[in-house]
Amino acid sequence: MTLQKILKSRLMWPVAMLVVLLLCALIFSDGFFDIRIQDGHLFGTPVNILRASAPLVLVAIGMTLVISTGGIDLSVGSVMAVSGAMACLIIGDLSNQNSVGGVAVAVVAAIALSLVLGLWNGFLVAVLGIQPIIATLILMVAGRGLAQLITSGQIINVQSSPYKVIGAGYVLGLPVSVLIAAVVLAITVLLTRRTALGLLLESVGGSPVASRLAGIQARRFTVMVYIASAACAGIAGLIYSSNVSSADGNNAGNLIELDAILAVVIGGTALTGGRFSLAGTTLGALLIATLDTTAQSVGIPPEATLVFKAVVVVVLCLAQSATFRAMLFRRSTPRPAARAEVPA
Amino acid sequence: MLKKISAAMVGGLLLASTLAGCGGDDGGSGSGGGDDKITLGFSQVGAESGWRTANTKSIQEAAAAEGIDLKFSDAQGKQEKQIEAIRSFITQRVDVIAFSPVVESGWDPVLKEAKDAGIPVILTDRAVDSKDTSLYKTFLGSDFVEEGKKAGDWLAKEYQGKSDPVNIVELQGTPGAAPAIDRKTGFEEVIKTDPKFKIVASQTGKFERTSGKQTMETFLQSVKDIDVLYAHNDDMGLGAIEAIEAAGKKPGTDIKIITVDAVKDGMTALSENKINFIVECSPLLGPQLMQLVKKVKNSEEVPTRILTEETTFTPEQAKAALPDRKY
Repeated sequence: MTLQKILKSRLMWPVAMLVVLLLCALIFSDGFFDIRIQDGHLFGTPVNILRASAPLVLVAIGMTLVISTGGIDLSVGSVMAVSGAMACLIIGDLSNQNSVGGVAVAVVAAIALSLVLGLWNGFLVAVLGIQPIIATLILMVAGRGLAQLITSGQIINVQSSPYKVIGAGYVLGLPVSVLIAAVVLAITVLLTRRTALGLLLESVGGSPVASRLAGIQARRFTVMVYIASAACAGIAGLIYSSNVSSADGNNAGNLIELDAILAVVIGGTALTGGRFSLAGTTLGALLIATLDTTAQSVGIPPEATLVFKAVVVVVLCLAQSATFRAMLFRRSTPRPAARAEVPA
Repeated sequence: MLKKISAAMVGGLLLASTLAGCGGDDGGSGSGGGDDKITLGFSQVGAESGWRTANTKSIQEAAAAEGIDLKFSDAQGKQEKQIEAIRSFITQRVDVIAFSPVVESGWDPVLKEAKDAGIPVILTDRAVDSKDTSLYKTFLGSDFVEEGKKAGDWLAKEYQGKSDPVNIVELQGTPGAAPAIDRKTGFEEVIKTDPKFKIVASQTGKFERTSGKQTMETFLQSVKDIDVLYAHNDDMGLGAIEAIEAAGKKPGTDIKIITVDAVKDGMTALSENKINFIVECSPLLGPQLMQLVKKVKNSEEVPTRILTEETTFTPEQAKAALPDRKY
C-alpha cells in the first residue's frame, strides 16, 4: 500500500489517535504494557482494556448494522440491563447455582428475551413506520423500567462459577469476554462481507424505496438488524453482569448507546446510513476504552476526564474532516463547489 | 455531526435522570383525617437505589408505628413533581411537611408558601442551599464529611506506631456528587496530619461495581505497592475486591479496604474479612424523623441540624449485625 493510499484510508486517523494515546500511556504510566502470566492466564493493562471494551465492541457491532440501514438503536443499554437482570434472576433461583445446565438455561433465556425486545424495535420501525430514534427511545425508557422491575430495584447477587466465566473467565489464557466479542465480530464480518448481505444492507440504507423497487425486501432487513443489535446488546449485558457476578438494573449499560454511536462514527460510518465499516467500529470502540483507561493510568483527575475525552474526540473529528484539513494546511485543492457557492 | 452527538448526549442525560424512579409506591396515604392524628406529608426523591428503597420503607414503618398519618409522594427524581407535591400538602393542610430535596436550589418560593400557611418543614437526607434558614425547622441527615473522617480515624489507629509509608488508593463517587466531595474532604483532613499516609491515586468508580472493578484493575497495574483502598461506597469496594482477587492478591489482607454505606452485601464481605472497616451511612431515619415531627407539631424547639444515628463496623460487629440487616 502506498503512503498516499494509507493517508486516504478512513481508518488512518483513528489508528493514529490510538497510537498517540498508547504512546502517552507508555511515557506517563509505568508498566502500562507489562503483560505477565498470572494463574495461567494473561494479565496486564492491555488485557484489561480489551476486557473492558468487549461489551462496547459488541453493542457497537449491532449499532453499526442498524446505522447502515439509516436507523439508530437507543435501547441497547436498557437491553443490556434487562438481559443481565434476567440471567441473574434465574441463576439466583437455582438450587445449585454452580450447575452448568442451569446457567445455560439462564443465558439462553436472557438472549431469547433480548431477541424479543429487538423484534419489538424492528416491528415499530419497519412495520409501523415509526422513526427509529423514537421507536427505540420507547424501549430505552421502558427497558430500564423492566430491568428495575426484574431486580425489584436492588442489586441481585449470584455466586455461580460457570456464570462468572462469561465476563471474568479465561480460556487458554485469553479472556472469554474478548473471545466472545471476537467471535461475534468474525461472524458478522463473514455474513456481511462474504455474502451479499452487507451490500443489501447498504442499499437499504442508501435508499429503502429504490431497494424495494429493485426487489430487496427492505422491511425484512430492517427488522433483522434491530434483532441483531438487541442480540449483541443481550450478550454484552451478560458479560457486564457476569464480570461482577451481579445485576444492577439502574447502572448496567447506562449511556452505552452514546459511546456505541460515537464508536460507529469514529469508525467512519455515516449516521445517514449506507456504507459501513465493522473494522472502523471495532477500532472506535477500542479507542474509547483505551481513552478511559489511559486517563486513569496517567492520573488525570476524574473531574477532568470527560473534558480530556471530549478534546481527543474533537481533535479526531477535525482530523477526519477533509475541509478542516484543507483549511489548516491552506492547500490549493478547491473545496467542493456547492459549499463554496453558499452565501454567508 | 458533533452538534448532533452532543444534542443526543444531553437528551440521553435528561432521560437517564428521569428513569430513576420507576418503582415508586404510595403506601400510607388514605384516611383523610378528622381525628387528632398528626398528618405528615412526605415527598421522596424516587426509588433509584436499594438505599433509597430502605429509606422509604423506614419512614413508612416508623409512621405506622407512631400512629402518624403519612401522605407519601414519590417525586421520581423531578423537582417540579416535588414542588407540586409540597403545594398539594399545603392545600390539604397537613400538620408537618418533610422531604428529601431532589436538587439543592430553587426551593425558596414553595417553602415560603408553607411558612405563610404555618406548616413546619423538615428536610431529610439532603440539604437545600436556601439563604433564609427560617424556611425550614431542621435538617435530619448524615454528615458525609464526618463519614470521611471516621474512615480516616480508623486508618490512623490501624497504622499507629508504624513509620513505614502507607500507599492509599481512593475510589471516588460520581464527580460533583456531595457524598463524593465530602467523603474525600473528611478523609483527607484526618490523614494529612501524618506524612506517612499518601494518597497515590484517586479516580472515580461512579458509585457502582463494574466501574469500581475497572478502575481498581487500572490502579493495580499503574500503582506499585498498594497498602490501603478507600472506596466512597460499598458497591465500588465490592467491584474492587473482584479485581484484587483476579490479580492474585488477598483483599483485606494484602490490601486493606475501607468503605462507606454498610449495605447488606458490603456487610457480608466485611464479615468474611474481605473488607476491614465500614462507616455506616444509614437510610433508617424513620424513627428519628417521627420524633422530630411530634416535637415540631407541639412547637418545641429543635436544633437546626440533626445527624442520623450512625455507627461504624468492624468484621466482628458485622457478623453480629448481619442477621437483622434490612437493606
